[in-house]
Formats: sequence, C-alpha cells, structure tokens
Amino acid sequence: MDGLTKKAYELRRDIIEEVYRSGAGHVGGDLSVIDILTVLYYEVMNVSPENWRDGNRDRFLLSKGHCVDALYMVLGDRGFFDKQEAIETFSAFGSRFIGHPNTAVPGIEMNSGSLGHGLALGVGMALAARMDQKSYRTYVVLGDGEMAEGSNYEAMMAAAHYRLDNLCAVVDLNRLQISGPTGQVMDSSDLGEKFKSFGWNVIPVADGNHCGQLTEAFREAAAFRGRPSVLLACTVKGKGVSFMEDQKGWHHGVMSREQYETAVRELEVALA
Amino acid sequence: MNTERITNRQVICDTLLKAAQKDRDIVVVCSDSRGSASLGPFAERYPEQFVEMGIAEQNLVTVSAGLASCGKKVFAASPASFLAARSYEQAKVDVAYSEVNVTLIGISGGVSYGALGMTHHSCQDIAAMAALPGMRVYFPSDRFQTAKLIDALLGDEKPAYVRVSRSATEDVYDEKTDFVLNRAGVLRKGRDAVIVACGEMVPYAAEAARLLEEQGIDAGVVDMYCLKPLDQETLLWHARNVRLLVTVEEHSVFGGLGSLVSQVICRENPMKVLQLALPDEHLVGGTNREIFHHYGLDGEGIARAVKAALI
Repeated sequence: MDGLTKKAYELRRDIIEEVYRSGAGHVGGDLSVIDILTVLYYEVMNVSPENWRDGNRDRFLLSKGHCVDALYMVLGDRGFFDKQEAIETFSAFGSRFIGHPNTAVPGIEMNSGSLGHGLALGVGMALAARMDQKSYRTYVVLGDGEMAEGSNYEAMMAAAHYRLDNLCAVVDLNRLQISGPTGQVMDSSDLGEKFKSFGWNVIPVADGNHCGQLTEAFREAAAFRGRPSVLLACTVKGKGVSFMEDQKGWHHGVMSREQYETAVRELEVALA
Repeated sequence: MNTERITNRQVICDTLLKAAQKDRDIVVVCSDSRGSASLGPFAERYPEQFVEMGIAEQNLVTVSAGLASCGKKVFAASPASFLAARSYEQAKVDVAYSEVNVTLIGISGGVSYGALGMTHHSCQDIAAMAALPGMRVYFPSDRFQTAKLIDALLGDEKPAYVRVSRSATEDVYDEKTDFVLNRAGVLRKGRDAVIVACGEMVPYAAEAARLLEEQGIDAGVVDMYCLKPLDQETLLWHARNVRLLVTVEEHSVFGGLGSLVSQVICRENPMKVLQLALPDEHLVGGTNREIFHHYGLDGEGIARAVKAALI
C-alpha cells in the first residue's frame, strides 16, 4: 500500500468513528469520495493551513456537500483544525461541524449543500483568477445523482464558453443515490458525452478509488489548455467496508455497534 | 423635474462607471440584460470587468458569488422577476448565507413591464429577499437617491438586493439632499396622517399629500427606500404624531412595505395602518401607469383612500 492509499484508509477509519459516534452523516458517499479528497489535499492542490488566507491558494468546493463528513476528516488531518473535535462534535447541537460545508470551519471556501451550486461557484472563482492573472486552480467535486440538477448545465456551458482551463470538475460516479441506482432514478450514464458536447475535456478514471489513477488524471487535467476538464471517476459507494459496498441503504445508514466493530476491523486489516 | 427622463438604471450605470475608474475589483455581471439594465456603457468601457452569463439567472447569481469570494465587488443585474424568483435559492445560499460582496440589482421590478403580463411582473421580490438572513433590501425612489444608495453600497462588503423601476421616476430630491444609508427620507411632516412609500410610489405619495392639503388634510410623506433594515426610528416618530398611517407600494399586499411596517407598528405603537398595494390576484394588463391608476396607486387614488380612512 502506497502512502496516499494508506492515508485514504486511515481517513476511512476516522470517518467510521465520526459517523458512528454522531449517528449521522452520509457514510456511503464519504467512502466513495475519500480517495478523490485525499489525492487533492495531499498530492494535487496548493492549499494548507499556512496559505489558507493567501489569494493564490487553490480553491476547492464540495458540491455534493452531504459528504462533508469525509472532508472534515481530511481538513482536520491536514491541520486546518483539531480533527478530534470534529469526530466528537459532528452534527451535535451548536457544533460548527454541521452536516453540510459551512464557512465557520477553516478550510471551507463557501457554504454549500444544496445540490447544483458548486460548479457555478467554481466558474466564478476561475473567472476571478483570470481577471487577476493568478495561477491558482479551482476544483469542484460533484455527485452523479447531483448531475440531474439543471444548474450544473448552465455552469458547464459558461465554463466552456470562457475556456476555463483553470477549472477542474470531478464527478464521483458511485452509481447509487438515495432512491436507488442512478441509472434508474435519472440516467446519467452518458455524462462523458454530455460534458464533451458542452465543450469540456473529459478524462475517464476507470477506478476512482485508486489514488495512482486519480493522481495521473489530475496531472493530465492541469496540463490541458484551452478548455475546462472533468474527471469521471468510477467509484464504489461504501468502498472499503464489505457490507456497505454498492448498497444504496448505506447512503446515510447508521451503524449498529457490531457493524461499527466489523467496519473498523476490516479497515485495520487493510491497513496492516 | 426629471425633464430628461433619466432612469434609475442609467444612474446605476453612471455611478458604477465613475467608481470603476479607481477600482479594478468592481465587476458587473449580466444575463443578456446589459441593454435592459442600461449597463451597455459599462460593458463597453470596462470589458475586462464585465461578465456576460447569457440567459441563465441561476448561474448569474452563483457565478457572482464565486467572483465575490475571490475579492470582487459584484453587481449582478437582471430583471427582478427572474432574479428574485428563479434564482431565489442561489440568492439564499450563495449570496446571503455565504455573506459575499454581491449587490443584486432587480431591474424593471413591480409592474414595470406593463402589458407583458404576470410572467414579467415582480410583486413578491421584496417579501422573498427580506426573508433571507443576511440580505438587505432597498427600493430607491428618484435618481439622486439611487446614485447615493449605490455609492453607499460600494462602501461596504455585505449582500444587498436593490429593486429599480423601468421608467424614469419624478425627482423628489436634488443633488444636495443628505443621504444616510438605512435612514428613511422625509419629504414632509404631517399632523393628520403619514404616507410611507418606496420606489416609484414616493412621487405619487407626495402628489397625494399636495391634493390632501387642498382639502385641509395635513399628510406627511416618508420615503422608506430601506426596507431591510427598516428605519424604525423615523417610522415611529412620524406614526406617533398622526391618526392614520398609510403604506403605498408597488408590490403584493403580502410581505412588502405594508407588512414590514405593520410588524413594527403592532409591536411598538399599535394604530390603524391603511395598506395600499397590489392585490393578491392576476393583475390587469396595460402600461404601468394604467395599472397603478386601476389599483388606486397614484396621487389621486392615494389621496382618495387617505381621505376615506380619516373620516
């Protein structure tokens, strides 16, 4: 197991702890997106607690905001705040670690959570970078279920119109949403064709839970000029915990004590 | 007299043009609305500070929020009917909740579009925007007040919604009139009644006060362009000195000036409030002036209603 993969598995363990303690969260999506977040925050993006107020930091937006539980663990681990505080108070009364990204938490750029907002926010940030002749890049992570929101297509059109090659979207294609398979709820299986027809550079990632593949895809996106890029990352919902994998019930399921212990044991075996 | 018929939209453009000379961070964003917002001259003079979003109001508002989060002072202009309804969630989440430096300019609000009908009327924007925590709401009356309001908003970094009408509004002030942000304008004091109005209704309220004076009724006129935060102090000072309080607005009877004023009056100084506004129905078609007249929202109609309520 390489360093990034090991980090992603350690963060999975933190996520399990956080969601088990709170009895809240969206664990299935957390586990599908965590490798994408790990690669971004530990390998790709120029953002850290030290440069957090620097105007030239890379920008990140979690448009599928309900998976903020995973983002909290990454940001806490990177030192933006005390990770343990997030684990202990996630979703508790009065906690700043609520169930969607909010700017009271260091490291979070904008409030989000209502789906279909992140990509357009990213367009604004990427346009501002160009106006100010700054070199920072903007990354937006979306869910495949979220791609049914019409506002995404307004943002896709504008990003291509303005040739925002400093903007990179990632779709966490875990193929499941709250009601069932995304293909049955609202089919978005041809997302690549959709992005392409809007003028985007499409980069498929066969295994979106593979840190090496993701790192390579982000490099390709950063090198691409003249158009925005999107990574279509094929992931597994609940990845890393056998009984959660590919199960729609774990979109926001709550673990029993036994399930929690099984999940922790499995992740520790993987880490060993 | 506004003899040249200068609209508040033109005044906003002029004010932004002046400010942009010294400030490269001022950005204007439109949704195929640069013509209807009179912002064409800005787009021509400062193309690098102008962003066209096409006919996509949701994107207009969210992209504006993204720009503002990176230090831009954004003015996003689109017809009020679309800006405040179609993009309502974007205003709620991306602008008001994230507290970014975006001023939303709702152009041609109320019944400005006249015979274009209900799809283009915006008679609920004030209610909607005022309900958002963190959003300030303004509806200036004449061109002098509009210029001073935009200047004042350039001086802070908080979200705001500004509604302007389509046609030129009669002058009620001049260049020298004092303006303090969030303080209502007082056109005249009255002993019998006070008419509290906003936007294009302010000159009509002043006309009504003149007509009432001829009939021996002394009515004051307060210009409550600042709907949120409402200037409670000025409102209550005037309310305490009269028998009747009248509100006049180009907005639905629900949630606009009349509602916001009544909320304060009920709590602080219970008294009769006569609310003149657009009714809760699909409105009749015609020019805005014909519509105003039909619903009693002009000088004559206001004077008639005030007189009847005082008897």
